Amino acid sequence: MSTVVGEVDQHDDHHHHAPSGITRWLFTTNHKDIGSLYLWFSFIMFLVGGSMAMVIRAELFQPGLQLVDPHFFNQMTTVHGLIMVFGAVMPAFTGLANWMIPMMIGAPDMALPRMNNWSFWILPFAFSILLASLFMEGGGPAFGWTFYAPLSTTYSSDSTALFVFSVHIMGISSIMGAINVIVTIMNMRAPGMSYMKMPLFVWTWFITAFLLIAVMPVLAGAVTMVLTDKYFGTSFFDAAGGGDPVLFQHIFWFFGHPEVYIMILPSFGIVSAIIPAFSRKKLFGYASMVYATAAIAGLSFLVWAHHMFTTGMPVFAELFFMYCTMLISVPTGVKVFNWVATMWRGSISFETPMLFALAFVILFTIGGFSGLMLAITPVDFQYHDTYFVVAHFHYVLVSGAIFSIMAAAYYWLPKWTGHMYDEKLAKTHFWASLISVNVLFFPMHFAGLAGMPRRIPDYSIAFADINQIVSIGGFAFGLSQLIFLWVVIKCVKGGEKAPTKPWEGAEGLEWTVPSPAPYHTFDTPPEVK
Amino acid sequence: MAEQKHEKYYVPASSPWPIVGAIGLGLIAFGAGHTVIDASKDADGWGINVLLGGIAVILVMLFGWFRDQINESMSGLYSKQLGNSYRQGMAWFIFSEIMFFAAFFGALFYARVIAVEWLGGAGNNAMTNEVLWPGFEAIWPLTETPGGTESGAMGWTGLPLYNTIILIISSFTCHFAHVGLEKGKRKQLTAWLGITIILGCIFLYLQGAEYVHAYEELGLTLDSGIYGNTFYMLTGFHGMHVTLGTIMLIVMFLRVVKGHFTPESHFAFQATSWYWHFVDVVWVCLFIFVYVL
Repeated sequence: MSTVVGEVDQHDDHHHHAPSGITRWLFTTNHKDIGSLYLWFSFIMFLVGGSMAMVIRAELFQPGLQLVDPHFFNQMTTVHGLIMVFGAVMPAFTGLANWMIPMMIGAPDMALPRMNNWSFWILPFAFSILLASLFMEGGGPAFGWTFYAPLSTTYSSDSTALFVFSVHIMGISSIMGAINVIVTIMNMRAPGMSYMKMPLFVWTWFITAFLLIAVMPVLAGAVTMVLTDKYFGTSFFDAAGGGDPVLFQHIFWFFGHPEVYIMILPSFGIVSAIIPAFSRKKLFGYASMVYATAAIAGLSFLVWAHHMFTTGMPVFAELFFMYCTMLISVPTGVKVFNWVATMWRGSISFETPMLFALAFVILFTIGGFSGLMLAITPVDFQYHDTYFVVAHFHYVLVSGAIFSIMAAAYYWLPKWTGHMYDEKLAKTHFWASLISVNVLFFPMHFAGLAGMPRRIPDYSIAFADINQIVSIGGFAFGLSQLIFLWVVIKCVKGGEKAPTKPWEGAEGLEWTVPSPAPYHTFDTPPEVK
Repeated sequence: MAEQKHEKYYVPASSPWPIVGAIGLGLIAFGAGHTVIDASKDADGWGINVLLGGIAVILVMLFGWFRDQINESMSGLYSKQLGNSYRQGMAWFIFSEIMFFAAFFGALFYARVIAVEWLGGAGNNAMTNEVLWPGFEAIWPLTETPGGTESGAMGWTGLPLYNTIILIISSFTCHFAHVGLEKGKRKQLTAWLGITIILGCIFLYLQGAEYVHAYEELGLTLDSGIYGNTFYMLTGFHGMHVTLGTIMLIVMFLRVVKGHFTPESHFAFQATSWYWHFVDVVWVCLFIFVYVL
């Protein structure tokens, strides 16, 4: 049964010192190196996408057209969205998965380490192509990150073909990354690590990986149809040929809705690790957390058309999607309840990871509530395509997903670098982010309710004050993230030595290995009781 | 006992092939984008060169990566656990392929059941038909589009039926070859595998003949409306998968001739066989929904 592993090769593969030089990063099969590459890449993309948001906010600082022309404004909103979704949030989670999942389940590495490297290195090429297309004649993609037909077919610029192919290779990268995660979890768990003993971060990523494999190919289908409609004379989205532009929205959102859960489920896992650690209590309702995650993922396939209430559907369909959408608040409510119940009578301390996790719970819930408002078909007719929607999804994605990524970074930085980060500086980062993110996004609710449309570079003078406040919040939030960069660099370079387990209440296999974690964590499987 | 079952972990050494593959895919994406843009302007551009360069890089990567992989596997480096990882990885990959086809099947169903019907005035869309597309009649196959493009429709008898039979038989022959491998009967393996490859090639040839027939005699082209779109996209992507599957089978044949694979260890063969059954199942769905119904 057992294959004998050659002594010589074993020596080669299992030494505990990282190889040096540039080839270490280019040829690596090490989950920690690849995780770091993912995390750094996502942070660079976060700054790139963020600077596009700064252009948007600068233009919107005053009514009228000041800085950029409307076509360029459209390119900024489009590429900002694409970069943040596919370049910042998703790779950051994949980076965290790479670093943490093998450590958490007692594996030496990911199941398919070479494919792991391949899926990372596709990303820089994909995003270079996307960004380069901005400099083409006629400009880059300007149809919104949702690339609705006919904006992306009849009315789009030449660069659409490049957009399509760069999305294709991003998708290939995501699918390979997800296959790697799911196979690692199914096949590489240490003996005794049964499914219901896995940390929730592993569980949520397990389900996320399933969602990715299920829906990224659908996105590939959607962009393929856009490509053939634009360049090869098909009419999937053209009524004259018997197609329908609404079909595009169905296909896109069949991908798009699970996609937004892809960007939030790993957050749930992170927060479910951090809140018990700093409350010094076990997570309340572990099993219900697992089932709630699975329920959210299952429902995510049945709610896509709530993005399309105003597009035109039979009333029965609108009601069906409305009720299914509202149903999602049940498992989500279970989660929020469990986090609060975990803290109940805990002996809580407020280190930076906990602060971000707490902010996550509160602000994500606000985003959830505005989502519930949007789910109600008749009122969605008023909110649709206004700044209310922008406020909603930025609450769940920035103060939700991004905050959880920050929390995760602070929580595990000591394990990654072997040094404690600068707590004072980190807290400055937290408070600056927390205040500015609310100044940035909270007033958008009111602008939206009053009727300010999204994706428009100009607006009525009535919205001038509110936009000025929002823009100031935006600039402040952008600048605050440079503090984060500073904290991370400082922590990588040095600082107080981190013990094996820097957080008193933390649990999990990752806290049983030294900090920084050895290059290959587990040579032989640890025992899990 | 539990600890005994787990061997020491095997972690593959670092390798240059992934980054070569990433460069290849990057060149393909960049080149394909520019090829399409050049073609839309009838211009001779450099896009096609970049695309071909990218494909060349990917081919080099595939040869190199598989060579390393096969050498490592043949020298007994791999553990049973790694074999399981490969199998599960392949299964999930096939699942992702199913979802890719699902997008196009979804488009087909939506067009047939909803889009074309509504354009014809079904439900509360009487005025859509009356005002926007007067005289348009909802029929399937859509031989006349709302815009007035006319084409023939592909029947299911004749070539498509032969192809269905051929592909279903090939699934069985592929299975017989697999059984031969597992029982250590190399002759049975080689013979049935060879037959499977021949059937795959016949399928591809007939599919090509069907396309010629559709273009030249039926006037059914890629741009003749949603019927032609879904027909060519579904059968075309399926044909590409059969092509890939046939190439994989040929590689397996060459490896079998070289004496690779044992009854216990033959992941590559198993993956190819799964892939072949997958393209077969997709074809059966295609035959039912694109041709017959």
